[in-house]
Amino acid sequence: MNILVCVKRVPAPGARINITSDGQQVDTAFLGFTVSPHEECAVEQAVQLVEKHGGDVTVLTLGPAEAQEQLRTAVSTGATKAVLVPIDTTDWDPQKTAQAIAKVIEELEATNGNFDLVLFGNESADSCGYQVGVRTALKLGRPIVNGAKGLDIDNGVAVIRRESDAGVEVYKLKMPACVGVKEGINLPRYPTMKGRLASKKVEITQNAASGEVGGLKLITLRRPPERASNTKILGNGPDAASAVVDLLEELGVFK
Amino acid sequence: MTVLAVVEHDRGNITSASLGVLTAARNLAKQMNTNFEALTIGANADALSEVVSKYGATTVHQAHNAMLTDFGPEAWGESVAQVVRKTSPSVVIGTGTERGHEIIAQAAARLDLPAAMNCLEFDKEFNGTQPLKVVRARWGGSLMEESQIDAPIKLLTLANHIVEPQEELATTPTTVLLIDVDLDDSVTQSFVQDRVERVAGVTLATSPVVVSGGRGVGSAEAFAPLEELAGLLNGVVGCSRAVTNNGWRNHTDQVGQTGTRIAPDIYIACGISGAIQHWVGAMASKNILAINTDAQANIVTKAGYAVIGDLHLVVPAISAEIRKRHPK
Repeated sequence: MNILVCVKRVPAPGARINITSDGQQVDTAFLGFTVSPHEECAVEQAVQLVEKHGGDVTVLTLGPAEAQEQLRTAVSTGATKAVLVPIDTTDWDPQKTAQAIAKVIEELEATNGNFDLVLFGNESADSCGYQVGVRTALKLGRPIVNGAKGLDIDNGVAVIRRESDAGVEVYKLKMPACVGVKEGINLPRYPTMKGRLASKKVEITQNAASGEVGGLKLITLRRPPERASNTKILGNGPDAASAVVDLLEELGVFK
Repeated sequence: MTVLAVVEHDRGNITSASLGVLTAARNLAKQMNTNFEALTIGANADALSEVVSKYGATTVHQAHNAMLTDFGPEAWGESVAQVVRKTSPSVVIGTGTERGHEIIAQAAARLDLPAAMNCLEFDKEFNGTQPLKVVRARWGGSLMEESQIDAPIKLLTLANHIVEPQEELATTPTTVLLIDVDLDDSVTQSFVQDRVERVAGVTLATSPVVVSGGRGVGSAEAFAPLEELAGLLNGVVGCSRAVTNNGWRNHTDQVGQTGTRIAPDIYIACGISGAIQHWVGAMASKNILAINTDAQANIVTKAGYAVIGDLHLVVPAISAEIRKRHPK
């Protein structure tokens, strides 16, 4: 059972996102970076699946050289191989990204055989494009379902559960298949000491990125209009309870 | 040079997000001085032509294939792609929902066209001949991106809850056109195979009162007073990502960008700092009360109401006051 997980390095913003003066990027001068949350869970799901069924987990990212940090994080939590598809620090558009990832997957599979599963995050936390996984799957000629909040393997079939307004939907895809994973499918583990050592030693393979520019072009980023802050302070400590219940009554909560 | 709205439905039941899309598509078509058309997928959605005509579509395309009895992202995406190839619309608008994003992404990939998801605004000068400038949501809505879709056919999804649905009859009756779509084995395995229907009742997404706890709560056990307060208010308990990451509560309780987006009448945020990830899930709440020891916490500065203090003391005091005034 060989699983590939595609991850993205994204800034870890606190309470406020600042933008560079040219409006092209999030200003990351004072920010740390992390693996986009959906993908963090995809790595965990892949590791759980190979623990159960055998095989190994490869993690891939298209990103700047610094994204090796996120590949190593994935290795520290159970992935065994890591592939960097290097680009400069500017994001590639979704069409170009999918093209490059599909090409690298074909290269990897030409030497190591097919991945049974290729996992993506449902959408990246920063650009929220909702399409790289779908485009990549189509280029590979494999089925894909997004929004996975459950993923099991049963006799060569990937069984996917996802939530909808009406309840839980079940999808079944014959492998090789692709799946877009959503946070909440599991609780990602913390790195172990053994994992940390492995992450330092792992050799990161590099495969060149290539793709044609797509049709969605970024003009500028901007912050949404700031809401005026006019918080009404109801009081301090437990003494405020009376004012709180006044408010709840006023809002009709007890009707 | 039409505007095509892709109707999202679940086995024939139209979703509320679709009504916003029909409204937005009609408004954009008017601006472009062109026809507004709609697409329903599967024979079980034929009856929706009636709804669509109330929103003023000049034509509704009904995509038919015996396989189209339930949702399947690939079959639906392929159906959209085939209808787009046949009708060459200028703009295609889908819903900004899990299914909507998936359908448009599938169609875009099949047509090898760009797609912009979660659009909030369209260029007011757009007449169909130039690239379409849009504003779309990033970071779950805490950052906006102005971008341009440079392609003969512009595919996009409309961010949910952005356009208020508004009916408006067309001047002429809606024409109904049936389109048979071809679906081969490559798209038919991803249909819904099975489902577990939800038991009726209030959920985090629908409850009018949500009492939520963050890192400041400190442990799984310390959620008991929040449970009690939620119970007194007939509400439910939510939490921030820090809480699920610590294993204190299940992810189904998480409010945020990667959890549940909520819009209750009142949101009571206890010991939550209000990082972006959390705020975008809670910002649609009609009223927000923050209980926090830090008067400078992000959530306190953004909330309508705040109590500065330790939630471990404040929350039980509120419950006691409610019991006093409203004995059961």
